[in-house]
Amino acid sequence: MNTVDPVTMWIIIVGLAVGSYALRFVFIGLVGDRQMPAWLLRHLRYTAVAILPALIAPLVVWPSATGGEADLPRMSAAAVAVTVGLVSKNVLAAIFSGAATLYGMLYLLG
Amino acid sequence: MAFTTSNSYYWKGFRDGAPFVFVAVPFGTLFGVFATEAGLNIVQTMAFTATVFAGAAQFAALQLMQDGAPTLIVLASALAVNLRMAMYSASLTPYLGSAPLWQRAFAAYLTVDQSYACSIARFEAEPQMTVPQRMAYFFGSVTPITPLWILSTYLGAVLGTRIPESWALDFALPITFLSMIGPMMRTMAHVVAALVAVAVSLMTVAIPFNLGLLIAGCAGMIAGAQAEVMLDRRKAKA
Repeated sequence: MNTVDPVTMWIIIVGLAVGSYALRFVFIGLVGDRQMPAWLLRHLRYTAVAILPALIAPLVVWPSATGGEADLPRMSAAAVAVTVGLVSKNVLAAIFSGAATLYGMLYLLG
Repeated sequence: MAFTTSNSYYWKGFRDGAPFVFVAVPFGTLFGVFATEAGLNIVQTMAFTATVFAGAAQFAALQLMQDGAPTLIVLASALAVNLRMAMYSASLTPYLGSAPLWQRAFAAYLTVDQSYACSIARFEAEPQMTVPQRMAYFFGSVTPITPLWILSTYLGAVLGTRIPESWALDFALPITFLSMIGPMMRTMAHVVAALVAVAVSLMTVAIPFNLGLLIAGCAGMIAGAQAEVMLDRRKAKA
């Protein structure tokens, strides 16, 4: 295992802290209440529904807990959570049915 | 009056953010264990987790450091993982941009996947919310996880005990986010954006530094915006 010397470690911590904050502050802090162009707003309306599924999809198809092997309980839980969310529009109902599916399948197949 | 309504939105946010406790606690614990194993002392671990405040980027940085990557590469890669935060910041700006600067400065620090996902869903569903109500909701949504994230990192670092793998909490993150995605599908354009983003993200997983996520996100946003224009045109004709 590589041990990192303290100076390098602190450079990385401070660099990441400043950099991450800058990324988060750049629009909300600097643009503030200035009007943004309509085309940009139209794209930003789809940020959440594009980024969040893109963030999760690889975790569902290749879960890290199984070493990247596709896994029936996790796939089923994902499908149930999305479906219940779509149908019921209720986040908590979707979470509970997804979790119940995951544990139920793990128990049955375990 | 304004105070009481903002106050109730704070608690709405708190309730909506509460399920993410199941994500923050195992992740925070794991980070504490992993950081200690990588040779960080407790002060470094806590400074890292409290100032960077972004799980995925923290793990990426530690992993690269252990692989002996040069400092600049560590910084650039971990920040690439966090580039999506700039997109969240942009997406929240139309809703929160006119709040006082000090509030926006705090909100920037607290912009994480969870607070963003909760808030944008609520802001879109209730367009009549005032800016103070939105801010209250946003802060409410991160309140359950922020102290627990920091505390669980500390416990992971000090005790070195992980949550057993058989609890399958690795999947708490996908389940909580997937559960939020369903209710966000309000128009066909939202569905198109999500499907395109998922397809591109699966095709681009091999691209390093998590850049596939940004490509997929941009592709989904463009697809959604185009679909919206086309649907509007069709509606205007009809």
